[in-house]
Amino acid sequence: MKKGYFGSYGGAFIPEILHETFQQLTAQYEAARSDPAFWAEYIALMENYSGRPTPLTYAANLSKQLNKEIYIKREDLNQTGAHKANNVMGQGLLVKRMGKTRVIAETGAGQHGVATATMAARMGFECTIYMGAVDVERQRPNVFWMQQLGAKVVPVTSGSQTLKDAVNEALRDWVGSMDTTHYVLGTACGAHPFPEMVSWFQSVIGKEAREQIIKLAGRLPDRVYACVGGGSNAMGVFQGFLENQEVELIGVEAGGKGISTGQHAARLASSDATDGVAQGYRTFFLQDSDGQMLDTHSVAAGLDYVGVSPILADLHSKGRVRFIAATDDAVVEALKFLMKNEGLIAALESSHAVAGALAEMDGLADGSVVIINLSGRGDKDIFTVADALGDPGWRQFIAQKAKQYAGESS
Amino acid sequence: MEKMIRSTKKPILLMSHLVLGYPGIEENRQVIAEMVAGGVDLMELQIPFSEPIADGPMIAKANQDALDNGFKVRAGLDFVAEAVKAHKIPFLIMTYYNILMAYGVEEFIKEAARIGVKGLIIPDLPPQEATEAIAFCQKYGQGELDWIQLMTPTSSDARLAEIGKNASGFVYCVARKGVTGKKTDFGDDLAKFIKRCRAATNLPLAVGFGVKSAADVSQLSELAEIAVVGTAAIKIHEEQGAKAVGEFFKGLR
Ligand SMILES: Cc1ncc(COP(=O)(O)O)c(C=O)c1O
Repeated sequence: MKKGYFGSYGGAFIPEILHETFQQLTAQYEAARSDPAFWAEYIALMENYSGRPTPLTYAANLSKQLNKEIYIKREDLNQTGAHKANNVMGQGLLVKRMGKTRVIAETGAGQHGVATATMAARMGFECTIYMGAVDVERQRPNVFWMQQLGAKVVPVTSGSQTLKDAVNEALRDWVGSMDTTHYVLGTACGAHPFPEMVSWFQSVIGKEAREQIIKLAGRLPDRVYACVGGGSNAMGVFQGFLENQEVELIGVEAGGKGISTGQHAARLASSDATDGVAQGYRTFFLQDSDGQMLDTHSVAAGLDYVGVSPILADLHSKGRVRFIAATDDAVVEALKFLMKNEGLIAALESSHAVAGALAEMDGLADGSVVIINLSGRGDKDIFTVADALGDPGWRQFIAQKAKQYAGESS
Repeated sequence: MEKMIRSTKKPILLMSHLVLGYPGIEENRQVIAEMVAGGVDLMELQIPFSEPIADGPMIAKANQDALDNGFKVRAGLDFVAEAVKAHKIPFLIMTYYNILMAYGVEEFIKEAARIGVKGLIIPDLPPQEATEAIAFCQKYGQGELDWIQLMTPTSSDARLAEIGKNASGFVYCVARKGVTGKKTDFGDDLAKFIKRCRAATNLPLAVGFGVKSAADVSQLSELAEIAVVGTAAIKIHEEQGAKAVGEFFKGLR
């Protein structure tokens, strides 16, 4: 197999000007990967800075109601509240090794942007975050924190003004700034070595989850559920169980307003996506017959993306990972359900994994062991969730706040 | 195209660029006629793509506007065929690889050859991924359809040599880092870079990225066979209309 390929997917479809930059990055990544001291340094950092290992929480109430043994992997307890920390701290260590002084990143939900900004603050890098203008609107609290952390946030107004457009803009920055700058790609997509490298850093999730489930349940799980945007948290947890064919791995994509409406981001769970090359890699994209990318939709900004990890595209084609989709409505219900029954506030992205699992519990034998990867916490989604729930008290509060600000500025 | 480029008596050739469907096909028709009348020797027609990662803000926006106005690849190719028939200069297609994939890589190249396109520039298909596409160009082009390779200042000498090995027609030298449409300093660094390109290929060289004035073109004529003018012409067109584009090119050389 060609380097950087997973079956027919992956590769490095990048402008020539970035060729040497990718060569250097690949060399650094490979050197780090074959150096046990690097991984030890990484784990020590994650233990001390990000609270790893994160718990595998036994969901006692859910388990009882559904007659299953349900465990929740708590990536929401990471520094900045999502699995994104695993990736950015790893890449931050590589940036130090490469001697670069500035980092840039794209962000959808803002979680990767905030994580990158904290990493930059801690490691002393300059930081610019590209974010679609639509996402700036729906994830305003994260924009605030990125700026407070010292990052420059650039709203991207081209294309659909979401995650894919932020990726393009970050690449445009990088083709001019690569001497000093590293592009901290936020998910297991893009040109080689990113899919493999990001999955490697995220594999810490699966390594821990495997040990924990054996300790807590006394055996491997029957199923593992994870939400899939670009695919990094899913790759992270799945890697703990890939070798064990008896463990069923399920990726849950954004079903948006329903597959039949066309307003979704289900690349592998629907038959709407086709083989293509964009943003540096080959995978399944939601595109029209001319090869133009389509507008995607999800209530969760972090899943609202046209492509998917080439590694997952390959695992899908081999039948190793099964893909399903959860609609916006089902996701909001799942978020409420988990909150009320377990006291966990999941991110809208992560609530896809919960919704996907809940939808399938009926067909599963009693007593089955299930892991749900909770990729992040939901605080950032307070505006979107309050809207979805139509909470009157919150509306009133915001209206009052707005009045107060308007009074101050006039 | 090598023979055509070598046979000129002009101090340097001008290659222009435009985005198909921006602002519309009718306007493209006028601008192409103006460019040809203005002395343009070769022309790059860009098929719009929704994710133009190698283009600067101005050309990226033109891509998006063309798509918003309903641009379709098939109609675009029909228009390219019309331009090839209407004008004597060589036309090249510039686009991204996904446009070829969606059309069918072999079908697209076969069609480009059939309608008389002289070269393909695909900035996101690096040499190590382009073997198949190059073979199709040779098979269907019969020496008349060149796969245009790009050399950049960040490429090592070894990499330039590898790129040079598979080049035909001419080589497109990217004058500097960064995307299209920003300022370029055509100074000593550029001369050094061009020297490295010469060592890697015997083909004529085109230099692009940031060419915008007669002074730029005159300086480039010492270094290269072709000057590529992209964003500057789009700007003139936007600010002063199609007619001004012809005048702009007349004033460049
Ligand atoms: C909490 C959370 N989960 C999941 C995702 C989706 O990314 P991935 O599929 O790479 O895990 C995001 C992306 O922003 C996120 O913020």
